[in-house]
Amino acid sequence: MNKKILKNCRIVDPSQKMDEIGNIIINENGKIEDIGAKAKIPNKSSKMETFDFNNKIAIPGLVDMGVFVGEPGFEYKENFRSLTNAALSGGVTSVVTMPNTKPLIDNVSMVDFIMRRGRDKSKLNIFPAACLTRGMCGEEMTELGLLSSKGIIAFIDPYKSIKNTEIMSRIMDYASDMGVLIMQHAEDYDLSKDGCINEGEIATRLGLSSVPSIAEKIIIERDLSLLDEFKCRYHINQISSQKSVDVIKKNKSNGKKFTVGVSINHLSLNDNDIGDFKTFLKFSPPLRSEEDRKSLVKGINEGLIDVIVSSHKPEDEESKRLPFAQAATGSIGVETLLPLALELFHNKSIELNKIIEMITINPAKILKIKKGSLKIGSDADICIFDLEKPWVVKANDLKSKSKNTAIEERKLQGKVLKTFLGGELVFDN
Amino acid sequence: MARSKAIKKQVKHLLGIQNLSVLEAKEILKESQNFIKLNRSGSKKLDVLRGKTQINLFFEPSTRTQSSFDLAGKRLGADVMSMNIVNSAIKKGETLMDTAMTLNAMHPDLIVVRHQDSGAPNLLSQKVNCAVINAGDGTREHPTQALLDALTIINSKGKIEGLRIAICGDIKHSRVARSNIYLMNMLGAEVNVIAPKTLMPDSINQLGVKSFTSMKKGLESCDIVMMLRLQNERMQGSFLPSKREYYEYFGLTPDKLKYASKDALIMHPGPMNRGVEIDTKLADDINVSLVKEQVELGVAVRMACLKLYCK
Repeated sequence: MNKKILKNCRIVDPSQKMDEIGNIIINENGKIEDIGAKAKIPNKSSKMETFDFNNKIAIPGLVDMGVFVGEPGFEYKENFRSLTNAALSGGVTSVVTMPNTKPLIDNVSMVDFIMRRGRDKSKLNIFPAACLTRGMCGEEMTELGLLSSKGIIAFIDPYKSIKNTEIMSRIMDYASDMGVLIMQHAEDYDLSKDGCINEGEIATRLGLSSVPSIAEKIIIERDLSLLDEFKCRYHINQISSQKSVDVIKKNKSNGKKFTVGVSINHLSLNDNDIGDFKTFLKFSPPLRSEEDRKSLVKGINEGLIDVIVSSHKPEDEESKRLPFAQAATGSIGVETLLPLALELFHNKSIELNKIIEMITINPAKILKIKKGSLKIGSDADICIFDLEKPWVVKANDLKSKSKNTAIEERKLQGKVLKTFLGGELVFDN
Repeated sequence: MARSKAIKKQVKHLLGIQNLSVLEAKEILKESQNFIKLNRSGSKKLDVLRGKTQINLFFEPSTRTQSSFDLAGKRLGADVMSMNIVNSAIKKGETLMDTAMTLNAMHPDLIVVRHQDSGAPNLLSQKVNCAVINAGDGTREHPTQALLDALTIINSKGKIEGLRIAICGDIKHSRVARSNIYLMNMLGAEVNVIAPKTLMPDSINQLGVKSFTSMKKGLESCDIVMMLRLQNERMQGSFLPSKREYYEYFGLTPDKLKYASKDALIMHPGPMNRGVEIDTKLADDINVSLVKEQVELGVAVRMACLKLYCK
């Protein structure tokens, strides 16, 4: 690989508190050799590529903690190749893949499969998560130790809480010793079953049964109580409501150690956007009220929420073109994660540094992976974007295999120009 | 964002009262009046819809709504086909959309649809070329029921504006309640809803009603008392402790009716659970009960809807 010089970038790297115009030098091994205003451009040689970015922004490649890839079992929704294209065009270079595939990723042989496929078919850094319990039944924990040793970096039962408190306590107890990361989808099933939308006026008008925000709060409160006894690495996958923010605030101010995620959808949309039964806006947890959305933004600014995820969930037309109650949840989003997050900067909700921090170094720290930073010696995973460039989201232009975007026709400001992965230019707009 | 698509012909659907303007609602009611007489006459057949095809697509069992639509179409001269999908195609794995596309290929002019999922008629209307009339979807809307209720009230009280109307029972799971709330509000009535807290939907006041958990307070000076059917399943999810207790507090009895206006009239969309939500004698008392009128005028209202929406 040739040496690469990225000249005149505004480097925003919260991992080293850097926000300055400077250069990035990538060495022959695809690592950062030098970075910042002081980084000197070496003398010209033939084996050197130079890019002049004219003060466009360079950030570490994004780390997305919540991505569903359809392999195995749902290749028609998304495969590693299409996910790679989508992610790289959004500046995302590392993803945590969800284990709710068919078959589920809940045993060692499946991990081998997913690692191999990820390596062969995708250019991305794939960090697979495995199920927390066998068959996602919430009854027996998976082999947390063996699975971690095979490369699993987090455990979650996607879209399912561990309902049984005793089992959850055992998992947390065991995990505290193993040092593995437990991610919880916080939703009390008894309160949320059949529900598909936030409780409130919209649900009443649309005649849909609801998932009250208390369903989320109860599980969070329970788990945080358990956390007093069993100090494991605990992450709340996605929160959606003000009630949850309040609980988190109380617990974090008591010094309790845990981390919290939120999906970009819940920061940018509310239940009013569902309009006339738009199934692309059906999520789990559901979109909540504008007050809830604002409280999530506030929670970020108060440092209560650690990461923003895309919650990328490709679904084919057949899963979405159904009455609302029957339709699948989720939307694609890995490609629009950064531009949609930038909307929060442009409308002055959250500062740029904070946004970048939450999609680069924070998830990397939680996952304990060496990503999300451009410190000297790290992998040169870099996203270059134009902060101002306006564009309109068109589902058909997105690279995902499925086209279920929740923000069709949305006018965004800020677009990814180039993505480097291990020093290699892998996306060029 | 309503973007007009140039080519597709705009077809009007009757999906819910929420989508109607006051003028449209009044037009339907006015048109319905014309059919009441016809339905009472010796020769009930017209040829307004001659050559038109009407498909009744019922995914949920229904007696009165389906037969009412059936009769309405036939009296207007349409060819009516009724399909009960409860036990057929859907069971074979066919989706609502596939069924819709199949039927659409047969060039119907009207599809009357009832479905257990809220919003199903909206979805259907996006995919077919003919008018879709909602005959009840999930817990969202039942527009023709509200329209026939309005017509019944107008014909017995002379007006709706200024009346106070109480809707009592399982508001949470009732599409009839929702459609009636929208329509009665639109036509200038005051609406009270009365239900035990577990059967009261969240944020119901946002729909422009006053909510009560006591019959005594809720019925005060009401001119119309609409009772809703209590589904038997409600006991299971622990919405209520028992039918007996429900009847004690929320069943309409002659005693409770005294809280309402002196000349208050009773309505019920049917089918009734006598002794659960309504006293059996009260239900049959022709001096206060409008139940039979509701059924009769249902046909007229549906004829008006079919005529107005079939273009």
